[in-house]
Amino acid sequence: MDLQALQGGFADPAREAAVAFRACLEAMARPGTIHRVAGVQPPAPLSVAAGVALLVLGDQTTPLYLAPSHDLPVIRDWITFHIGAPLVGRAQAAFALGTWADLLPLDDYPAGTAEYPDRSATLIVESPDLAPSGAVLRGPGIREAASLSLPALDEFRRNAALYPLGCDFLFTAGDRLAGLPRTTQVS
Amino acid sequence: MEDYNFAYLDEQTKRMIRRALMKAVAIPGYQVPFASREMPMPYGWGTGGVQVTAACLTPEDQLKVIDQGADDTTNAVSIRKFFQRTAGVAVTEATAEATVIQTRHRIPETPLTEGQILVYQVPIPEPLRFLEPREVETRRMHALEDYGLMHVKLYEDIAKHGEIATSYAYPVKVEGRYVMDPSPIPKFDNPKLGGNAALQLFGAGREQRIYALPPYTQVVSLDFEDHPFVASKADHPCALCGATDSYLDEVIVDDEGGRMFVCSDTDYCTGRQQAWTEDAA
Repeated sequence: MDLQALQGGFADPAREAAVAFRACLEAMARPGTIHRVAGVQPPAPLSVAAGVALLVLGDQTTPLYLAPSHDLPVIRDWITFHIGAPLVGRAQAAFALGTWADLLPLDDYPAGTAEYPDRSATLIVESPDLAPSGAVLRGPGIREAASLSLPALDEFRRNAALYPLGCDFLFTAGDRLAGLPRTTQVS
Repeated sequence: MEDYNFAYLDEQTKRMIRRALMKAVAIPGYQVPFASREMPMPYGWGTGGVQVTAACLTPEDQLKVIDQGADDTTNAVSIRKFFQRTAGVAVTEATAEATVIQTRHRIPETPLTEGQILVYQVPIPEPLRFLEPREVETRRMHALEDYGLMHVKLYEDIAKHGEIATSYAYPVKVEGRYVMDPSPIPKFDNPKLGGNAALQLFGAGREQRIYALPPYTQVVSLDFEDHPFVASKADHPCALCGATDSYLDEVIVDDEGGRMFVCSDTDYCTGRQQAWTEDAA
């Protein structure tokens, strides 16, 4: 483990994590909105926003799956030191991290059960860019319609069809993030 | 100030609550179990709402706390002081200025806006609990969308009283899927649950459940075609501000049967009275 793994966490964890969580919560509650976050400097290729999401939501109790794009020693070390999440396979994951292509297929992740639909994975999708254009989103959290640059349509349609089961998504690009819960209808 | 971690709870607990909140928002109306902590106040005083507020609060927030619409009652005052001491946040009584509003059993009269969060204190989160005491059963009923029992209950109201006599904690259906207890708000407030611009979060401390309504969520109060839902209130104007559109409390003023009806939302009532005096001056 080199020194890089020990650096880049929140300087003032309680306050910075509180501000960052509000951005994550707003992103998930208002699909299509894009939020800026700050406070951590994770090692490349992990983006600032993905690092923030992991630090705010992850800990020793949240099994994490690293897709091949992010399954690198430097990221493993950083996550082990700052978060302590057990690194697991897709079927056990509470969170998954990677690029869209490397995270597929979605069927591999827990989608929850009829009694406990909350026991499903949240996928943190590292994206090249986020823009309020492209796919049209409708559903809870959206007044009429919103737009967000999504990496695909069919996968999200199929995921929404599982409702109330299904995965939830956080898209991260640089220091910006957006959310897509299972309730959102994409077209 | 530094005697406590920011907003009282430790970071591990906040992450656990924050994960529950993220799933609650993703599944509107579904009750997410969470490991509720013992808080420095008794159950029934809003320990669930306090934990949700603590997990959401940022140093820049303006916090408002109301108890049955009032900013100046014991429960509201003590929770407001709790967060002033442990989080150092600014507090306000003005609904429009607040970014986070913790409420016990009311939705403010002033319409909420985007960016505001309304946190409800919930005593019994399970709408089916008084019809079916077993958690295993009610969980299965939610899984199977088996809500017939709730309609039987409302029907029995009609058979006994000629109308649906449920006047608070009136059950609603969220996005056509989950039947949800809106906490014991008067049914007058039910129409404000759906299509609200604010994010609504519900915390039940003793029962260890968190649930949520994202902004602009579809929320329908359960009813029958021939007995539609009616958002009722006392048929009087407010004795202090004259409002005819706000929810009223009945106040006994003497021991000879004297009574008056006043707004339960103190901020709304005070604001109207001030506007009135300014106009007169």
